[in-house]
Amino acid sequence: MVPIVELKNAVKEYENGPLRVRALRGVDLRIDPGEYAVIMGASGCGKSTLLNLLGCLDHLSEGDYLLGGDNISKLSDDELSEIRSRRIGFIFQSYNLIPQLNILENIEVPLFYQGIPEREARERAIELAERMGLSERLKHKPMELSGGQQQRVAIARSLVTDPILMLADEPTGNLDSKTGHEILELIDDLNAEGKTIVMVTHDDEVAHRAQRVVRVFDGEIVSNEWKGAPKQ
Amino acid sequence: MKSMRPERMVKLAVKNLSQYKLRAGLTMLGIIFGVCSVVAMLSVGEGANREIQEKIQRMGSQNILIKSVKIPQEGSGGGSNFRAIASYGLKYEDAEQMSRFVPNLAASTPMKVLHFDTRFKERRLQTDVIATTPWYLRVQRYRLMRGRFLTNTDMNFGSPVCVIGSRLARILFSGFDPIGQSLIIDKDAYTVVGIVGDIAQGELPSAGELWLDGENQNVYIPLRTYLQKRGDLFIQWNEGGSVLEQIELHELILTVDKQEHVVRAVDAVRRILQKNHSKEDYSIIVPLELIRQARETRRLFNIVLGSIAAISLIVGGIGIMNIMLATVSERTREIGIRRALGARRRDIVLQFLMETLILSISGGVIGLVLGAVIPLAISYFANVRTALTVPAFVVAFTVSVSVSVVFGIYPARRAAMMDPIEALRHE
Repeated sequence: MVPIVELKNAVKEYENGPLRVRALRGVDLRIDPGEYAVIMGASGCGKSTLLNLLGCLDHLSEGDYLLGGDNISKLSDDELSEIRSRRIGFIFQSYNLIPQLNILENIEVPLFYQGIPEREARERAIELAERMGLSERLKHKPMELSGGQQQRVAIARSLVTDPILMLADEPTGNLDSKTGHEILELIDDLNAEGKTIVMVTHDDEVAHRAQRVVRVFDGEIVSNEWKGAPKQ
Repeated sequence: MKSMRPERMVKLAVKNLSQYKLRAGLTMLGIIFGVCSVVAMLSVGEGANREIQEKIQRMGSQNILIKSVKIPQEGSGGGSNFRAIASYGLKYEDAEQMSRFVPNLAASTPMKVLHFDTRFKERRLQTDVIATTPWYLRVQRYRLMRGRFLTNTDMNFGSPVCVIGSRLARILFSGFDPIGQSLIIDKDAYTVVGIVGDIAQGELPSAGELWLDGENQNVYIPLRTYLQKRGDLFIQWNEGGSVLEQIELHELILTVDKQEHVVRAVDAVRRILQKNHSKEDYSIIVPLELIRQARETRRLFNIVLGSIAAISLIVGGIGIMNIMLATVSERTREIGIRRALGARRRDIVLQFLMETLILSISGGVIGLVLGAVIPLAISYFANVRTALTVPAFVVAFTVSVSVSVVFGIYPARRAAMMDPIEALRHE
């Protein structure tokens, strides 16, 4: 089985003025298809860096990153953009919807950059919006929606390109616990359907839902526990 | 990877711009004023140009104009009672010599320009009476409306005939057919034989102002006839009383066969006049030189206008850059989101450039419309001639759009070069 994510001795260094900060000090990580992994750690431990690298928003300083079997550590900015467009779905803590676009348009954004015809994009967006229970709100602007609804839009948007890897950064951080639960259940469902999910959180309760918890401390992976076999 | 389709980029840009309607409007205002002022300036400039060009052209590029000029006489007694005969200006002898010695001369048209009381039955009108030769019509390019102009036969016999301007015909002869009527010019009777059309704008300078515009109420009579009746002396009335003046010719128009020969002819004219006249009691007007001067002036004018236009367009461009920079920094997060969702740098550049382009094109179009209306309004209210030309529109529009795009590149590139991670963190 070709792993979705394979990090080999991943090192990330930042130039911070005269200082060199090592945010990741040689991380090895493998995530198989269908896995639901949670990355945990204190702030500043390097988990955000790790997520950015997994999301192809950043380059490794050293080491290799294989996404779906392809080594993407040496790709150009444009090529990384394409990888993000085709293979990655992002879910953010603050939803990150584009305020001037309505719900459907927000869901369609990733398809724009793939040159998908407008009608096809619209069909897919409607389908996903309906699945997320947003049928009544298609023409609304994000600001007119509740936090939970906005996060549903964001999830729909992350699914619209049918990515091989979904990355969620504290997706429930801005939500009350009830709405947070709903979102987490939605994510559970996605995983049950076979989506590979990596989520960053510092909420233990959230972490319990995942089959695997990766703990990061000071730029290194300090523990890697499986709580069950990935559902196929 | 395919890019966003152009029509969707346009849609997106319009959508984004409509988020900031006031801002977009204000930004456009810079371009609107830029384009509109360029078009308006070029139109007014072109109108003025054409008017001058036409005036000069109508004077005839093959013509040389010589006029008598009265020069103040020193020690002429001072008192108004002292009646000296003021004798100055062009002589028949000058005309004679020019006909003989000026090279490539096609025609010579002598003129006396006099001011007289004219009368038909009980109607009177003070007007200019021009005593001249048949060539006059040709040189002035008048349109003969009715009857005939002066002929050589009139000259040879000194016939008491006259040709009148259309306005005079209308005023003095209303209710009558002027042809065949008798017009009294200062006590002498002349038979009207023809009517010539109005003086078009930019007519040949006559005795009065340099540019005499308006309708023709002149009377034209054969030079020979006038000389036989009156001779060369006449009384000039002024504030001090009357002065007896002797002028043989008020004006002389020389026509050269080809434009290329004008310069040589002018030299010959100058030599003859310098030899014959101790004082410079004449002036030489060469339309061809005026045309050259006008062209030079026009070139200068264009440079000045061009600079002003360029400045206003650059100001518009800077306005665009300013706004787009503000927009980009305000939308940093959006840029981060789009980058995370798969937009390449190029897509971001195109997105912001498209917004700039739409701003500048719509501003440009509005500017063109205003730029077309303003000269019309100027023409209408200020009675100044303007000329809308296609090149003015094309230049104003393309320059403004390209300036805006150039000024839009920097903000767009700045947006595209943002680190997506930083951009996503931006509040």
